[in-house]
Amino acid sequence: MQKIKTWIDQRGLNGFIILAILLAVVFPLAMDIFRLNLVGKYLTYGFVAIGLVMCWGYGGVLSLGQGVFFGLGGYAMAMFMKLEASDPITTKIQSTPGIPDFMDWNQITALPMFWKPFQHLPLALLAVIVVPTLLAFIISFAMFKRRVGGVYFAIITQAVALIVTVLIIGQQGYTGGVNGITDLKTMLGWDTRTNSAKYILYFVTVGLLLGSIYLCHWIQKSKLGTLLLAMRDKEDRVRFSGYDVAMFKVFAFCLAAMLAGIGGAMFTLQVGFMSASFVGIVPSIEMVIFAAVGGRMSLVGAVYGTLLVNFGKTYFSESFPDLWLFLMAGLFIGVVMAFPDGLAGVYTSHVKPWFIKRMASVGKTGSKPGGTAKAAASDAAAEMTVLETPPGTTPRNVMPINTGLGGIQGQSA
Amino acid sequence: MSVSEMLNIGMMQGFAGLSLFAVLLLMGLGLAIIFGQMGVINMAHGEFMTIGAYTIFLFSTVSENYFPKFVQSYFIFAIVAAFFIAFALGWFIEWALIRHLYKRPLDTLLATWGVSLGMQQCFRTFIGPKEVSPTLPDWLMGSWSPHEGLDIPINGMFVMVLTLVVTGGVLIALYKSRWGLRVRATVANRTMANSIGINTKKTDRLTYAIGCGIAGIAGAAFTTIGSTGPTSGSLYIVDAFLVVTFGGAASLLGTVASAFGIAQMQSISEFFMTGSMAKVLTLLTIVIILMMRPQGLFASKIRR
Amino acid sequence: MSNTDFVLAVEDLTVSFDGFKAIDALNLYVNQGELRVIIGPNGAGKTTLLDLICGRTAASAGSIKFKNHEMTRLPEYKRVRSGIGRKFQTPSIYENLSVFQNLEVSFPRGRGVFGALAFKCDQEVKDQVQKVALEIGLADSLDLEAGLLSHGQKQWLEIGMLLMQDPELLMLDEPIAGMSAREREVTADLLKRICKNRSMIVIEHDMAFVAQIADKVTVMHQGKILAEGSMDKVQNDPKVIDVYLGH
Repeated sequence: MQKIKTWIDQRGLNGFIILAILLAVVFPLAMDIFRLNLVGKYLTYGFVAIGLVMCWGYGGVLSLGQGVFFGLGGYAMAMFMKLEASDPITTKIQSTPGIPDFMDWNQITALPMFWKPFQHLPLALLAVIVVPTLLAFIISFAMFKRRVGGVYFAIITQAVALIVTVLIIGQQGYTGGVNGITDLKTMLGWDTRTNSAKYILYFVTVGLLLGSIYLCHWIQKSKLGTLLLAMRDKEDRVRFSGYDVAMFKVFAFCLAAMLAGIGGAMFTLQVGFMSASFVGIVPSIEMVIFAAVGGRMSLVGAVYGTLLVNFGKTYFSESFPDLWLFLMAGLFIGVVMAFPDGLAGVYTSHVKPWFIKRMASVGKTGSKPGGTAKAAASDAAAEMTVLETPPGTTPRNVMPINTGLGGIQGQSA
Repeated sequence: MSVSEMLNIGMMQGFAGLSLFAVLLLMGLGLAIIFGQMGVINMAHGEFMTIGAYTIFLFSTVSENYFPKFVQSYFIFAIVAAFFIAFALGWFIEWALIRHLYKRPLDTLLATWGVSLGMQQCFRTFIGPKEVSPTLPDWLMGSWSPHEGLDIPINGMFVMVLTLVVTGGVLIALYKSRWGLRVRATVANRTMANSIGINTKKTDRLTYAIGCGIAGIAGAAFTTIGSTGPTSGSLYIVDAFLVVTFGGAASLLGTVASAFGIAQMQSISEFFMTGSMAKVLTLLTIVIILMMRPQGLFASKIRR
Repeated sequence: MSNTDFVLAVEDLTVSFDGFKAIDALNLYVNQGELRVIIGPNGAGKTTLLDLICGRTAASAGSIKFKNHEMTRLPEYKRVRSGIGRKFQTPSIYENLSVFQNLEVSFPRGRGVFGALAFKCDQEVKDQVQKVALEIGLADSLDLEAGLLSHGQKQWLEIGMLLMQDPELLMLDEPIAGMSAREREVTADLLKRICKNRSMIVIEHDMAFVAQIADKVTVMHQGKILAEGSMDKVQNDPKVIDVYLGH
């Protein structure tokens, strides 16, 4: 038991474990299926947010077009489900049975070529991952090889978001237009609208999200993570140490796009439709604020940020719709001006020291140290060992920004 | 179809392209100063345009209800007022936000996006969610037909003239005035400019405010073409940024050239396909060119 | 001697910025194991020359041959991988990382994206870090955050990061600028030690330091080479005295 604990401490997985327990145990027990489904929907944005932590927080590459990748993943899934829902028997009243209803409305008489692969689930799932990654690669490879800096890249990604939105809305017959692809009911005959299906999908989402966080955490701890940090500090030095800086940024951006695509697919599965309203400029930049509120350097924080902003959005836009945009405006400005490291930053700079100090004083006054005090003490002890890491072992914790997975567990309440 | 008819269509088509050029240039000018010269990403640029548009609407409503004599002439005063209102707000926002963020361009982007959201909601709450149009003076209405079958809309010509005046004014101000010299010095070398006695902070604030003021004029001009709603500004923002980036951020002439190029590309392709596909094609072309040549059309080679 | 025997052969190299020729038809040959010092007044094009060799600036014309391979069209990282190391004028280290990490990141393995993902800090890496740290006198500060080092130590750390790559040609831009007299001596010793099995190009203003380390001195002026030869020879060259050393 103790062994496991030290293993967790050493890798800074405390926050990760707490998030896992919260998502996989506490939420399902505390919420009815309607709410849980809502959380599941928010968590699909969480994929985008942790992707942004990797490419924006770590790689210094701000993308204002993550909605595009989210949408591509979502549409890939939706196209498969729509084709399944449009079998010739159900659609026999159409002038061309066997094609999606919106195509029929737009006088299209045969399934377009690019829809054909989506008749097969494996190909559709492959597309969920490959299509966003490939587009991200094309965009970023061309730009980073030419040293296009952060600001220009952000503007170009925003333009891409606009292009894709206009394209989707304009090509109604092929994409479903403004309405998107709707009435998605089954996947290989499995009804995704039942309560049990919703539970399963929720847990699949949580599993994938935790898996993605772990993957990103591992990348952060690898040499590649160190290099990304080094590049933000001294890009030229990295370049003249023999690294192809552009490719590292391309990797970070592609990773973020891939994660966003997975999120989009899970969104479609849980919500039952996909439309251009998740692709455009506004949703894309909103996704940035999820990561910023949670803390652009903290993977776990990004998930909390996503949940918090979305709960807020749902609550306020129902009760005080006028207030919500003001609040959102305040979030953007406040996060930039006052809390550049978001919730995770507040946690590491204020909550955690206060907590440790308090626990220490409780210990001093002689009261029996409770379970939490013990935890805090071992937490502090873990920090001490970090400081005393002998030379030769990699002291990665020297990085002040190492809020990685360790940050933020205090915000879970 | 006779030759003269074809000629008429050609001329009207050319005029449509020119007036789109004027619109794009007017949008881009303010941003060319703020983004091109200062490097500040002002995502609230569209909302400053909306402010200008609402100013016109305010003047038109007031003069219609209280000073009917004024209806024919309010427009000119309203444009000047639009400049100064947007200018004042820009001054305030620079002081409150932008000046703290000069070293963090990406954060400026997020903060100004927040500003734009806030402004949009202000419009919605205090002015109303519906789109409004001012009552235009008669001399702006209708069209000019030099001969049979050729109609040139007067509002389009007005926007073009205004664009010409504003562009000329900006060019003169930037290259002939004291302020322009200060701006260019600050852009070239901030520390040096500071040490030879230029108050760079004040220059920044003034520059940002002027950029916002020009956005106000642009918005005012657009009321002659379309109606104004709380989110009108957000429709322009990407276009405006692309115009400036495509031209080469630091070059005003580049902005002019790129606005012209984009407008012609858009209006010619609109002749052959639907509006949305023409837009996609135009944007895609710009993005691809920018990928190949990130410095834009006009860029100077400097020793680094 | 034919051109192919030189480690570095720069021929007719020219770069112009909007018509201004920062480097003008310059020729420079560096031998195997040679420590070459480049001196010259400010704006002579010394740093630009290093930028051109390592690829930071693109040449307008001319050729740069390293070990008889043409470098002019190669991207920076490929030049580095072929064995050119470059130290910048101001210390350029990763302030947020520890000294150990600074050196570890510079180890020439796992340089591709997936190589970096799979990179393991094994004994070989640790040994090399230890060795280099001893060489640059930072063996006791391995766990220190690099931003906390003194100015001199930062300069040494950057040299150490280059040593991790074991380059055949090492280019240092004013390595002793801002150092105390004591630190200068230590640096001179360090440079003499590390040039044993490699060639070096050093830009420097301090003539005493130059005399201490240089095999051969090149004097640059207005993008051209004014004089070249031993320290004594260039010090007594009337042209050099006129434009640079003063009377």
